[in-house]
Amino acid sequence: MTPQGLYDPGDPLAPLPGYSSTGRLERVLRSGRFAVTAELNPPDSADPEDVFERARPLAEVCDAINATDASGANCHMSSIGICSLLSRAGYAAVLQVSCRDRNRIAIQGDLLGAAAMGVSNVLCLTGDGVGVGDQPGARPVFDFDCMSLLEAARGMRDDGRFLSGRQITKPPRFLLGAAANPFVPPYDARADRLAKKIAAGAEFVQTQYCYDLPLLERYMARVRDMGLHERCFILVGVGPLASARAAKWIRGNVPGIHIPDAVIRRLEGAENQKREGRRICVELIQQIRQIAGVSGVHVMAYRQEELVSEIILESGVLSGRQPVARRRGRRSEAMREKP
Amino acid sequence: MYRVRLWSIRHARLMERLYDTFEGTLLRLDPLLRRIGYARLERPVATVERGVKGFLFDCRMCGQCVLSSTGMSCPMNCPKTLRNGPCGGVRPNGHCEVRPEMRCVWVEAWRGAALMNKGEAIMTVQGPVDHSLQGSSAWLRRIRELADARAAGRAGDDAAAVPGRSPAS
Repeated sequence: MTPQGLYDPGDPLAPLPGYSSTGRLERVLRSGRFAVTAELNPPDSADPEDVFERARPLAEVCDAINATDASGANCHMSSIGICSLLSRAGYAAVLQVSCRDRNRIAIQGDLLGAAAMGVSNVLCLTGDGVGVGDQPGARPVFDFDCMSLLEAARGMRDDGRFLSGRQITKPPRFLLGAAANPFVPPYDARADRLAKKIAAGAEFVQTQYCYDLPLLERYMARVRDMGLHERCFILVGVGPLASARAAKWIRGNVPGIHIPDAVIRRLEGAENQKREGRRICVELIQQIRQIAGVSGVHVMAYRQEELVSEIILESGVLSGRQPVARRRGRRSEAMREKP
Repeated sequence: MYRVRLWSIRHARLMERLYDTFEGTLLRLDPLLRRIGYARLERPVATVERGVKGFLFDCRMCGQCVLSSTGMSCPMNCPKTLRNGPCGGVRPNGHCEVRPEMRCVWVEAWRGAALMNKGEAIMTVQGPVDHSLQGSSAWLRRIRELADARAAGRAGDDAAAVPGRSPAS
């Protein structure tokens, strides 16, 4: 903390008892407010300004920004690089860690590095297979899976130890998250799998794109029966579909995304498909908000980032509150005032 | 073989029973195994294990078998070698994201677990694979561990019966 109430926007918040992290996303979630997170599509560039350019509009309407880790096995700027840049500049970032590309030695080291750069939230993912990406000849690593990664990260935080048992002098303080996909088989086991992720250390989950509300409701009913929503914050994934053609392509080519025929028919019947896709997304967010046990939404607007703020504002889920993804620091003034 | 593997999972309860019997027998043989020497038995047993489990489960000899916790579906057949699946990429027909012609190893695992008496073991979070054990006999390791635990338990009981002596000593 800089004197006279001036602070570096990248500084962590004061630690609170019972909190896992010193980040702002956890505070929003624990306060019971409906949280909004959004996905940043990483640039194919080495320019930090490309990151900030994408983060700025998202930060206006969300509480944290996820940086994907070579999602779909396509190579882009790394999540750890993006999250470090964002965290230092006062953005709340969610570091996505996929098990596909790095082994346990690399990942544990990255977690410490990320924490040192100010990252407070980690999303533990297994990752897509290498075959769907732009470099299908790459060696798939999968040394951890999402659950063993969660356990290892929790051990680093809570026990202050690496997987080997070796001590960490200053443990990282992370809010730990995972992904969930209620929309693919085995449907009945999906809530059980969430329970398993919670047992492994997940404190929040962000789900795959939801286009099938009845399926989500069925899942959430089971989640509530098991009391899982009281042990884990559930953010439901949403995103606008650009057109019926795009929806069909996604359904056929991107693993794990379920889009019902009814949604595609609605898009096909619309005069302006892009606007209809946006409309569907807004409606879904409003309906998801009504489901008991849901803590927020996670907006993934791949290649339609410009729509995110419109969608969130139109859905009204922020209820007029100021989102916390960006913290405006006064570092420059502080620097100026120094003799 | 893929079809035998699926058959084994569909009969996970029978497999579980066979395994329990087999484990009990081997455990009783532990004193004999110890006299022969576990190290000396490693190669021949691993060879037999590879043949039997390879036929029944398409076993990959990871050396730390978790079949009884995975509905008798070998997780090493998952292209992502998930030990805690299934991932979120399962196709609507229950097939694998990476190998569309194959049923998801973990969809099958949950189905197999539902058939088993101790199927709830699938809820145990499995740690990452120790790659240094690749190719070694999981059977021998399991029996040795069980026998050691049994011996330790007995020693613990004895120690507890002697006042003023801690089990650790």
